[in-house]
Amino acid sequence: MFGLANPDRFMRVTRPLVPLAWGAAAILLAVGVWLSFSAPEDYQQGSTVRIMFIHVPAATLGLGAYLALGVSSFFALVFRHALADAAARAAALPGAMFTSLALITGALWGQPMWGTWWVWDARLTSVLVLFLFYLGYMALRASIDDEQKAARAAAVLGLVGLVNLPIVKFSVDWWNTLHQPASLIRSGGTSVDPAFLPALLTMMAAYGALFLAVWVTAIRTEVTRRRVLTLRQRRAAMA
Amino acid sequence: MSAAALLFRRELALSWGGGGGPLVAVGFLATLTTLIPLAAGADPTRLAPLAAAVAWVALALASLLSLERLFERDHEDGALDLLALGPLPLEAVCALKALAHWVGTGLPLALAAPVAALALGLAPSLAPLALVAGLLGGLGFSFIGALGAALALGARRGGLLIAAVVLPLFIPPVIFGGGALARAADGQSPLQALALLAAYALFAAAVSPLAAAAAVRNAQS
Repeated sequence: MFGLANPDRFMRVTRPLVPLAWGAAAILLAVGVWLSFSAPEDYQQGSTVRIMFIHVPAATLGLGAYLALGVSSFFALVFRHALADAAARAAALPGAMFTSLALITGALWGQPMWGTWWVWDARLTSVLVLFLFYLGYMALRASIDDEQKAARAAAVLGLVGLVNLPIVKFSVDWWNTLHQPASLIRSGGTSVDPAFLPALLTMMAAYGALFLAVWVTAIRTEVTRRRVLTLRQRRAAMA
Repeated sequence: MSAAALLFRRELALSWGGGGGPLVAVGFLATLTTLIPLAAGADPTRLAPLAAAVAWVALALASLLSLERLFERDHEDGALDLLALGPLPLEAVCALKALAHWVGTGLPLALAAPVAALALGLAPSLAPLALVAGLLGGLGFSFIGALGAALALGARRGGLLIAAVVLPLFIPPVIFGGGALARAADGQSPLQALALLAAYALFAAAVSPLAAAAAVRNAQS
């Protein structure tokens, strides 16, 4: 892990990884979509159960990307690795996209199943808050002009968010037991039927590969961008 | 007089001097409360269930108002650099600034929030609880807010940015404070909620000065 902190080594190691990750994402996504459509219909939900295959991995990856962002922020803050900062920055946008995908598909799923687009359920609220965390992080990053200062301020916020997310999760769960849970949602949860598992797991792997591909590509782009910037400054200094 | 006591007095004097900042915050809370019946209708049966919640949210929003000046002013005129060079560690400076914000702005707001709730139809027996929740919550709001203000140093659109950064972190205290009042209104004991609110406020008071000091150092470098 620490060996990869050297940008040169990182670029060398990840060069073959990028097409591999994109290829794996494309194949897994294709297989996942095919499995999703060939999965049997749910006896209660009918065909809408297929929304699960898009929705559940998006929510998982939305949370996973924040984990990546927070851990990268920690390394950027403590060890001052420029690469860790690029990693934190690169995780924010895909994470926010996955989270909003989870929110949108959740609303589309909720309408036929629960009869409403949105309920103030603990899980939905937590995901919405996660989305707000992403927005705050990106807003902070975007509004400080000095890149290094923006990076360190964002790292502090990313770490604070990582510490606070479990607390927010706990408080939202506590809040939900206070208010009567919506009667539309059956508590206890439905365990996933084995018939849906292949499609769900494949889609999960596909989303994971997609995130990895986007993330590593974005980090590589950032490293290249900084190199170009340095070269330009050097040329300007020589001229 | 010790450096800490001097700094605390300076911060209090600054928050009250030059236009009486806390009074503006209280006025904001009063105006926000006035807008609610105008938007929701004056019917007491509709307003009373909302009273505690509205006053609580108004308190949270009003405590955001004066945050922008907490570090920005000292950063612009160089006082923050002097404070960083002084005998107190920067963490202590941040903690004292947040504490002074709580005493200077949070206290008047905590006193005003129960009045706003009563005006909207809160049961008078719940007013002391609203005051206690306002005080405890205000401690958390001030310390989290100080962190947001330190992070926004040197940023464009500082005020708006503080709100975007800080409001997601306000969620736990808003839930616990609102929960305490809702439980008391239902005839249950609010103690669990108050204990959680106090725990979050103390957690914020312990952790946020460290993060705020890191952010201030970053802005100064």
